[in-house]
Amino acid sequence: MSLLTTHALTAYYGDFQALYGIDAHIDEGETIAIVGANGAGKSTLMAAITGRRRTPSEMIVFDGRAIGGMRPADIMGRGIALVPEGRQLFPSLTVEENLMVGNYGRKVRGPWSLERVYALFPILKERREQASTSLSGGQQQMVALGRALMSNPKLLLCDEISLGLAPAVIKDIYRAIEDIRREGASVVIVEQNINQALTVSDRIYCLLEGRVTLTGRPNDLSADQISRAYFGG
Amino acid sequence: MMIVIDTLIQGILLGGLYALFATGLSLIFGIMRLVNLAHGDFMILGAFAVLIGVDAIGLPILLSAVLAAIFMFIVGYVLQNVLLNRTLGKDILPPLLVTFGLSIILQNGMLEAFSADTQRLNFGGLSEASLPLGGGLAVGVVPLMTFGSAILVILFLNWLFYRTETGRAFRATSDNPEIAQLMGIDNNRIFSLAMALALVVVAIAGLYLGARATFDPLIGPSRLIFAFEAVIIGGLGSFWGTLIGGIVLGLAQTVGAQISPEWQTLSGHIIFLIVLVLRPRGLFPRHVD
Repeated sequence: MSLLTTHALTAYYGDFQALYGIDAHIDEGETIAIVGANGAGKSTLMAAITGRRRTPSEMIVFDGRAIGGMRPADIMGRGIALVPEGRQLFPSLTVEENLMVGNYGRKVRGPWSLERVYALFPILKERREQASTSLSGGQQQMVALGRALMSNPKLLLCDEISLGLAPAVIKDIYRAIEDIRREGASVVIVEQNINQALTVSDRIYCLLEGRVTLTGRPNDLSADQISRAYFGG
Repeated sequence: MMIVIDTLIQGILLGGLYALFATGLSLIFGIMRLVNLAHGDFMILGAFAVLIGVDAIGLPILLSAVLAAIFMFIVGYVLQNVLLNRTLGKDILPPLLVTFGLSIILQNGMLEAFSADTQRLNFGGLSEASLPLGGGLAVGVVPLMTFGSAILVILFLNWLFYRTETGRAFRATSDNPEIAQLMGIDNNRIFSLAMALALVVVAIAGLYLGARATFDPLIGPSRLIFAFEAVIIGGLGSFWGTLIGGIVLGLAQTVGAQISPEWQTLSGHIIFLIVLVLRPRGLFPRHVD
């Protein structure tokens, strides 16, 4: 059953149109990747789904309800959590406080709790009292991921979680994503790194200049197809 | 020698009053980057609210103050929710203009309602009471209560900010309102709650402002200056810093007054300018933003 569906989703920044009728969906328990170059509209799509860009309500349906145009806090309460691009931790909160604030608007029983997040990322337990800004980039990414998990989301959106991290750290982060998938959440991975996206996902969507240029299962797509969909031409 | 000690004690106690003036201002600016130019006038409104309870209804002053605090809580919540939240955004000018307008409305509204007569809040027997410290020194009970209230307010706010879920939401919203929303935090509700709390502190400040000296509907802006000075001397973002800022200002004024009465306010301003030149971020800045 489809958990989230977008219907001819459009988005504008003033006169500039960023999304031209995106039709996409994700099923329960599925992991999809959204790939595309800078400015393809990936982040705008995330902003629309999380309510930071207002859209007509019927353009986004989550769990059987039109959620387009709802306030971000209400959308989060229904079970969509975002790991934002650039991590965006709260600098005046400690590591543990950053995690604890993650379920402010949604307290439901589920696989994830502070203990489970610490079990997933033991280093965070050691650093729990530290300022979140004192951590390395990879550790900050773990906090951002843990913070999103705290609300036990039905749908986890991960926006550019490998950006600026060392390859070894990226491997750790994606190993954690595997654990998260096993607990049943649907996951959307937004990536510039195509190989990473193909490895981790059940299906991919390729965006170019605000349109879906290619979609399918990684095994069914040729490198040439993807390259054309990614770069155009 | 005694006069030096006495001056220092009076200065520190006066600092407690200025800390109460400043805490609400610092709270609001810290959470939503809103400079409330009507802050001083709200203190006067708080003082009048206490006065109504005492004079018109005949309540004991502390009970009247509790009711005034509840009244100001509601005023703060509604004001933020209905009006000020609409002015918040990337531009800091709209809230500045709107609170400036509010200041004028409040002054004239109070002038209409209470006339230009000067008023004073009377603590009954406590007003004149003092505790002897030996050696001919004594401290007034009301100044002591003022200072104690400032400490209690700051202890409470620190507990709220650093030990509760609401406090975490306050700080997260202060750091990054857009990301805070993604945690399910309703910014408008958080801002309204912050303004409501700030006006409770303002009501407490109004109580002691009215007990220390006379007030009338138009003196709010001159008290606002002291609040600004205490906040900036202390450094933004720390409530204890605000208390220290208040004490520095209080000491400067009482020491100045010992030199010559006309030096009282001026020496406060001079200390403020010196701090601004030497430590533009104040004595205890919390973090760089």
